[in-house]
Amino acid sequence: MSIDNSTVKKVAKLARLKVDAKEEQNLKNELNNILEWVDKLQKVDTENIDPMLSVSNEPMPMREDMVTSKLDNKQILSNAPEKKAGFFVVPKVVE
Amino acid sequence: MTDFSKLNITSALLGLKNKDFKSVELTEYFINQINKKENLNCFITKTFDKAIDMAKKSDEKIIKNRELGSLEGIPIGMKDLFCTKDIRTTAGSKILDSFIPFYESTVSQNLWNSGAVLLGKTNMDEFAMGSANTTSFFGNVINPLKSKNNDKDLVPGGSSGGSASSVAAGLCLAATGSDTGGSIRQPASFCGLVGLKPTYGRCSRFGMVAFASSLDQAGPITLTVEDSARMLQSMVSYDSKDSTSSKKEIENLLDYKKSDLKGKRVGVPKEYLLDGLNPEIKKAWDLGISWFKSVGSEIIEISLPNTESALPTYYIIAPAEASANLARYDGIRYGFRAEEKSDLTRLYEETRAQGFGKEVKRRLMIGTYVLSAGYYDAYYLKALKVRKLISDDFSKAFERCDIILTPTTPNVAFPIGEKQTDPIEMYLNDVLTVPASLAGLPAISISACLNSDSLPIGLQIIGKPFEESSILSAASLIEDLRGF
Repeated sequence: MSIDNSTVKKVAKLARLKVDAKEEQNLKNELNNILEWVDKLQKVDTENIDPMLSVSNEPMPMREDMVTSKLDNKQILSNAPEKKAGFFVVPKVVE
Repeated sequence: MTDFSKLNITSALLGLKNKDFKSVELTEYFINQINKKENLNCFITKTFDKAIDMAKKSDEKIIKNRELGSLEGIPIGMKDLFCTKDIRTTAGSKILDSFIPFYESTVSQNLWNSGAVLLGKTNMDEFAMGSANTTSFFGNVINPLKSKNNDKDLVPGGSSGGSASSVAAGLCLAATGSDTGGSIRQPASFCGLVGLKPTYGRCSRFGMVAFASSLDQAGPITLTVEDSARMLQSMVSYDSKDSTSSKKEIENLLDYKKSDLKGKRVGVPKEYLLDGLNPEIKKAWDLGISWFKSVGSEIIEISLPNTESALPTYYIIAPAEASANLARYDGIRYGFRAEEKSDLTRLYEETRAQGFGKEVKRRLMIGTYVLSAGYYDAYYLKALKVRKLISDDFSKAFERCDIILTPTTPNVAFPIGEKQTDPIEMYLNDVLTVPASLAGLPAISISACLNSDSLPIGLQIIGKPFEESSILSAASLIEDLRGF
């Protein structure tokens, strides 16, 4: 499978990365090389093999539904690049 | 007067206990060394005031001989991927350049509870994506070791390059690392050290900046095998804050000393004899095999038939998980934010374009692509199935052997700038470490000998799940017989 410039654009959009024309060209070439290389997996017979989602064999128990975190508003906002009146600031999203 | 440059954790603990020196003196010595070897670029953030403060507290405890931790007064480096409360944590990225966590990672907290002293946060490949420590926003790290045949600066390996380089250069007694596909073992090998990646689930991932959650594991980089056991003992714990944290009983890791290698079955996988394997590394591997034979271990040729598929499998799974994990960097809640006020999506795109480096972007693109509609089955799902085959290979092999002995890397430390032009060539550094990562197995790298340039060659020992003491015991045999 080979990817073209429009696919690179589409993937960059999905990944929320702005990519300029030069980067787009480089990424197209690099991604094609990498994908061609990983394509050799297609030859491996995986008929009737279950996908391995985790190496952990231990059950994940449900935790008690209790409030454990005592983070306050000030802490949550302490690293925000822009904040106002106890909120994160984002560009206007409603007209 | 103790020569601080000759100390390791084990001997320093003894010196502190015997009151030959104070932790403050030891800490001041390392601060001085870090300043002297600034050029190696091992640390992103130095925490010298805090170090002195912590050392003083340890000294008080030592004097009173009360509540002593197992690493009381031992100065260490912390990979800058472990969140440290009120101390900047960057993961080597511009996007976290100004991030100051208000919580502590479980692994670092465990180390402070044991009395370890924080000298600073060590440099690393951006988001742990790299094998040469050349992708850090804060500049590449230099390996203190040099080839005896030329003066070129060498890479320390990666991604825990700052940790490995700082231990090798004598800037701290030990350091933490994290290993997703080899990021502890490979730099330990390049810098002549001991690097241990425990079984997946043994160390809590809480507070570690996530790269690939099904693979990430914390572990120590140390000068000796005994130091490795001591560091790891303190790092491991069951943690309800990590849903994959194991509840299995934690063994006393220093018991590795009691284990006898006579009659132990050492598996040697024929598939690890790669075409591109450096002949000197093959020789080191043979030497390692001869050491095990000499103490009466049984050498068993084993087959891990899907070894060849491990690296491509890893380079689908790890970027896929990374693309999900790194979605959180949006320029809104923390970290770097681009100057873009017109539109929310554009703000995300600009922030991420400016905040992430080239290798991270490349992997985010790959990860997003293999998870996207139409390609998920062909790439991601396929990789998960091959991962099962790789894991089953190990399970079958471990029916016939107790540990597996391989080289750690296909090559020794190389000059900065080499093997960087082609991503795939760079990824090949991980070819011998990735299979154990995919299977979640514990593995250790220990320097076995030097090549003709006098650069260290590491051997890797892979163990059964949760048998860390078994790989420690095997590594200590190499340490005893290598003759340096």
